[in-house]
Amino acid sequence: MWRYLLPLGLFIGLVALLAVGLGLNPREVPSPFIGKPAPQFTLPRLHRPEATVSPADFRGQVWLLNVWASWCASCRVEHPVFNALARRQEVILVGLNYKDQRNDALQWLAELGDPYTVTAMDADGKVGIDWGVYGVPETFVIDKRGIIRLKHTGPVTREVLRDEILPLVRELKKEPA
Amino acid sequence: MKRLTTGFLAVWLVTASAFAAIGSHEFDNPQDEQRFKALIAELRCLVCQNQNLADSNAELAQDLREQVYTMIQQGATDQEIIDYMVNRYGDFVLYRPPFKATTAALWIGPFVILAGGVLVAVVYVRRRRRAPPAVTDEAELNRARQLLNDDETKPS
Repeated sequence: MWRYLLPLGLFIGLVALLAVGLGLNPREVPSPFIGKPAPQFTLPRLHRPEATVSPADFRGQVWLLNVWASWCASCRVEHPVFNALARRQEVILVGLNYKDQRNDALQWLAELGDPYTVTAMDADGKVGIDWGVYGVPETFVIDKRGIIRLKHTGPVTREVLRDEILPLVRELKKEPA
Repeated sequence: MKRLTTGFLAVWLVTASAFAAIGSHEFDNPQDEQRFKALIAELRCLVCQNQNLADSNAELAQDLREQVYTMIQQGATDQEIIDYMVNRYGDFVLYRPPFKATTAALWIGPFVILAGGVLVAVVYVRRRRRAPPAVTDEAELNRARQLLNDDETKPS
């Protein structure tokens, strides 16, 4: 009996292992930033390049950082989700315009709507490297103490926003600053 | 045919210029150049995940190569450069991840499976060796011997 059951069992185990492996998303690289302080930067603002923006400006508040670019097709897909989020005014949404031309970025926002409280310009992508960005769009959730609590790689869908990001934001808002 | 040749030529030109882009860094001494080459071969491109920084022509890979180059020029050690990358992109950025709790299965797994295979093979072979010969009937054996002998004596 064992003669037949053992190989069959091993085979089923192997199939299960491979099936789980195939179901995983290889692009979801675990971020080393979760639970660590958000990297600092001081970047010119997209709309007013003479003024700057820095993560320190949002101390004591829960905020989202969305990395986007006008050349990024997936950013177009997630943009309506952020437009809807902005209308609810539930959380500060900071844009990080990654490796983009200022005029292209401004035109993109004029065309599709501007959900961002403020947008920082990372023209050479140096800040992107500091934040471990490897594919736009990426979205970070930062708590009141400036700690990164969540990173989402790829376009934020309505489901991701509703099931992952917003519940976390509501939790974090209850934490003391 | 001509179109095909032109196509090949175009592809070759594009790849040639890509390699040229990689080779465009200048170093103060050959050791630094060697370190640069070794490092970008060890670090994984996050965008095209099965290529290292040296092979990849993704924008991010170019930026990271640039970063490695700048850090070498500033006198950073190999370990400092690797730490810089791991702090931002995690162990995933290394083609040879360090041995620790989360990567133990990755390092030991293949050897465990190999040992299992060897064990199964050893048990199987031993069992077969111990098994009695399949034919024990004296008459059958004689017939078999006769058949074999016949074959040998027969002119071919």
